[in-house]
Amino acid sequence: MLREHLPVLVIIIPLIAAPLCILFRGRDQAFGIALLATWGSFACSAVIAAKVMASGTLSYELGGWPPPIGIELRIDALNALILLIVSGIGSVVAPYARNSLLLEYVEDRSYMFYCAFLLCLCGLMGVAVTGDAFNLFVFLEISSLSSYVLIALGFDRRALTASYQYLIMGTIGATFIVISIGLLYQATGTLNMADIAQRLPEHGYDRTVIAAFAFLVIGVALKMALFPLHQWLPNAYSYAPSTVSAFLAATATKVSVYILLRFLFTVFGVQFSFDILPTAVPLTILAILAMFIPSIVACFEHNVKKVLAYSSVAQIGYMVLGIGFVTMTGLTAGILHLFNHALMKGALFLVLGAVFYRIGSCNIDRMAGLARTMPWTMAAFVGGGLSLIGIPMTAGFISKWYLIQAAIEKGWWHIAVLIVASSLIAVIYIWRVIESAYFREPPEDLQNVKEAPLSLLIPAWILVFGNVYFGIETSLPVSMAELAARSLLGAN
Amino acid sequence: MHHQIYIGLAIILPLLGTVMIWMSGSRPNQREVVTVITSGLTFLCVLQLLPEVLAGHQPELHVTELLPGLEISFKVEPLGMLFALIASFLWIITSFYAIGYMRGHHEPNQTRFYMCFAIAISSALAIAFSGNMFTLFIAYEVLTLSTYPLVTHSQTDEARRAGRVYLGILMSTSIGLLMVGIIWTWAAAGTLDFTPGGILKGKIDDGLVIVLLFLYMYGIGKAALMPIHRWLPAAMVAPTPVSALLHAVAVVKAGVFTVLKVIIYIFGADFLTETGASIWLMYVAGATVLLASLVALTKDNLKARLAYSTVSQLAYIVLAGALATSHSLVGGAMHIAMHAFGKITLFFCAGAIMVASHKTEISQMRGLGWRMPFTFAAFLIGALSVIGLPPLGGSWSKWYIALGAADADQLVFIAVLMISSLLNIAYLIPVFARGFFGPREEEEAQMAGSHEDHGDHGDHGDHGDHAGDHDTATHDAHDASDAGKRIAEAPMLCVVPLWITALGCVALFVYSDWLYAMLSPIVK
Amino acid sequence: MVDFFGLYNYWIVIVLAMAGMYIVIARGNLIKKLVGLNVFQASVFVLYISFGKVSGGTAPILLKGVVTYSNPLPHVLILTAIVVGVATTALGLALVVRIRREYGTIEEDDIHSQDGHT
Repeated sequence: MLREHLPVLVIIIPLIAAPLCILFRGRDQAFGIALLATWGSFACSAVIAAKVMASGTLSYELGGWPPPIGIELRIDALNALILLIVSGIGSVVAPYARNSLLLEYVEDRSYMFYCAFLLCLCGLMGVAVTGDAFNLFVFLEISSLSSYVLIALGFDRRALTASYQYLIMGTIGATFIVISIGLLYQATGTLNMADIAQRLPEHGYDRTVIAAFAFLVIGVALKMALFPLHQWLPNAYSYAPSTVSAFLAATATKVSVYILLRFLFTVFGVQFSFDILPTAVPLTILAILAMFIPSIVACFEHNVKKVLAYSSVAQIGYMVLGIGFVTMTGLTAGILHLFNHALMKGALFLVLGAVFYRIGSCNIDRMAGLARTMPWTMAAFVGGGLSLIGIPMTAGFISKWYLIQAAIEKGWWHIAVLIVASSLIAVIYIWRVIESAYFREPPEDLQNVKEAPLSLLIPAWILVFGNVYFGIETSLPVSMAELAARSLLGAN
Repeated sequence: MHHQIYIGLAIILPLLGTVMIWMSGSRPNQREVVTVITSGLTFLCVLQLLPEVLAGHQPELHVTELLPGLEISFKVEPLGMLFALIASFLWIITSFYAIGYMRGHHEPNQTRFYMCFAIAISSALAIAFSGNMFTLFIAYEVLTLSTYPLVTHSQTDEARRAGRVYLGILMSTSIGLLMVGIIWTWAAAGTLDFTPGGILKGKIDDGLVIVLLFLYMYGIGKAALMPIHRWLPAAMVAPTPVSALLHAVAVVKAGVFTVLKVIIYIFGADFLTETGASIWLMYVAGATVLLASLVALTKDNLKARLAYSTVSQLAYIVLAGALATSHSLVGGAMHIAMHAFGKITLFFCAGAIMVASHKTEISQMRGLGWRMPFTFAAFLIGALSVIGLPPLGGSWSKWYIALGAADADQLVFIAVLMISSLLNIAYLIPVFARGFFGPREEEEAQMAGSHEDHGDHGDHGDHGDHAGDHDTATHDAHDASDAGKRIAEAPMLCVVPLWITALGCVALFVYSDWLYAMLSPIVK
Repeated sequence: MVDFFGLYNYWIVIVLAMAGMYIVIARGNLIKKLVGLNVFQASVFVLYISFGKVSGGTAPILLKGVVTYSNPLPHVLILTAIVVGVATTALGLALVVRIRREYGTIEEDDIHSQDGHT
């Protein structure tokens, strides 16, 4: 009986666990609840993913009300992949959070952290499962609001301004999305995404629909930090607590990319989005700018978290580039990169959290010589860094390979060369950190730093192993991505 | 098949050795034993594959398939066999030399040194045995990364700067040019497997072949074609054992080996000659040969001179590849072996001179030959091999390359070869000659003041002993009579290896027809 | 002409939206920014509700004898959106209080100069 309700369970479990954390204020109890909730969520996602791969799209009516009046939860290969990513990262970050918070947050209020964390998880999962447009907005805002809270928990006072800036920009983005949904409702009379997709061609692509499209793309671009609407991201990820940076970097922007994919391909349809409207051109141009400019800025930053934050903006560029190709290979590449980037950035930020735990700073000069005293930690950084650059045998290589293939398929040689060139820039900013950690002398007061505790190392290493594993045994993510791409393109 | 195991073993053994070296880090004697045993075992594994290759088979090993069509696989063919034999054999010799050198100099971070050495050899073997361009590329990158700590070993500012040049040039050429070329090849041919006759025939427009060749040749930065050769002289800042093995044998040889493999098995020699796509390469390589030799003439630092000599010699092999005739290709492959033994002898001598007398500039080396006769004699042998005179091996490889130039109707390059031999004489023989001319007494007096005790090991037992004894004996046996002593021959652990390699040059001359026979299948 | 003025609700929406965005961008006081955000969100509310109106329809509350109602769905959606807006404003104001405590000011320029930004 429970199996029928799996789609809604993924949301309900964290949703109910969140206030439970507030009720049970003890530090260990709240932690235990959070752990169970995230792991339970992940288990549900895994079962759902298996089901979807076996039998196709899952559909669930909330409360038994049939769509299009009722809210429908609709899960296909793309949703399943996003669910896996979000809950997977969540379950790795939750055990990590316990010790990492010690330094970065007031211990006796940790239950509040777990509550916000679970709400964020719930919101992100909700976005991934829902088949109703307005419901998507609601869950998006749930996750956004809780992420504003999570970011503001950083001990550096700039976390507050970063969170405020994110709040302003994020709310504008969400409001744009709401305007878009309203205009779509006006045009079609329904809020169910599949239904809108059916009714739009009948209604015709008039100014209302074009306006809806425009508002949506801009709103989502704000949420996913597509260059040049990325201003909030570097500060938000740098000053937030490391656990939060790791979780958000690996999930929040991915979910926004999912929203873009869902609306562009399923709701508006490929024909309207790319044939009638020349969307591919500005997307591709912005993606290429995103691949280069933030990467170059990253080469000059001294705070390693900022370097990784700018790197994230660049990686979003890769995903959007994949989307801009509008081919099977291109979409597969973009979706694969969603998955791989979550692994990479999650691992890197978790490592930085461990570094911060021991030396209280993520400044590149303070990290000098760290490889000697914290070898396992820095080795994990190297592993994640190699994946970021795109060395063969890591996950990052697979998605880059597909991207280049897609570019060659379309005959866009210059784009293939640009992709390779931007990887070179990634080499520079990763190398700076490695050079500092491995080839310099540690500062005097940090000569006797101990290795990071296991509770922080193990989650980081799990993600690093994931990078390597999915770089060699690529069948799972590739097959899901291909299935997702096929259903997105074939929706028309 | 039974022999597959040896392919995997040969690559894995050095990696296992790395772990064991790491674990023996605090016990130097145990660590050196591990290095020596690992190198010996690796060579034995490589040897096991030799009979198969000589019989005409090509043992294969498939590891895994990353993506459809992109797999990690190994296949042993004569060219790869040759490179693997050289790399693994010379690893043994260099291990002994390195033990003597590192201990004599009291170098820090020796564990890291031996570990990175082992990883570098493992990746060199992986390059030698690679069955497709993808596997080769991965191993190529691992080689660059594992030799970086070796280049920056001394961690001075100069070393770090050199390391930056090294890594900068090699990584940017490999990712920016080579990878693009590999992707293009994949897109055009649908496969990256090394196939006799090449995989590009008919798959690519004639005009574009030149561009693709350009991407490969300049993407393979380790072959040090001008103007991307800068990393090679920069890397001379490394300790001599590193320079010797890696830059006279493994790293640069990996580069030219890759060049030959690409020309023979990706492009196909006939395809290249038909389209005439390699003519520009002949001229670039020829120019490199001459220019590098000219620069070598101006260098006073012995290692710098040898570095530019290497650039020039590597260009021989690239030229041989560009000529793409049967004789030149086999000659180029033979030159890999000849130059390896010749150059490593020269570098070992340079290191021995450094250890014994602390001299690095050729102008300071007057009269040194009388003090270090064995070293200088070996230097002469190595020099003659590089110059290409009988009875040393280098003469055969040059002969075949010249023959290949004649076959290709590119007679100008025969002239290039002859001029460069003259230039080689001009920059190598004076080093030897200077050692035996010039006032010895004056030098003696100068040296007496700055001499440290290194020179009284001429009568220790052979290098089969564990290396531990020599080291402590060095400084403890420093009595008053040594203070004003003359410079004497370098330590046994340094002299014996360089004589082995010098004799190797002679042996290669004698057995060169056997070598030719082994290599001729690559052009069938 | 009639169409132009007949669409007066959309004009109001546009004016409110632009006013709201202008305040967010142009004003440096953090609370004023939040006010601007609220004005912007209010414009969206007006948009939804106004296009839910059915000619001749009354408020969507069941009454005996009434046949035509305005569309209730946008009203429901806007209730949700208002709640989201309230939560956002509350969070924003909480952040402003904390910022005041940490920086001593709520003017954006002063905060930036304290942080050393350009």
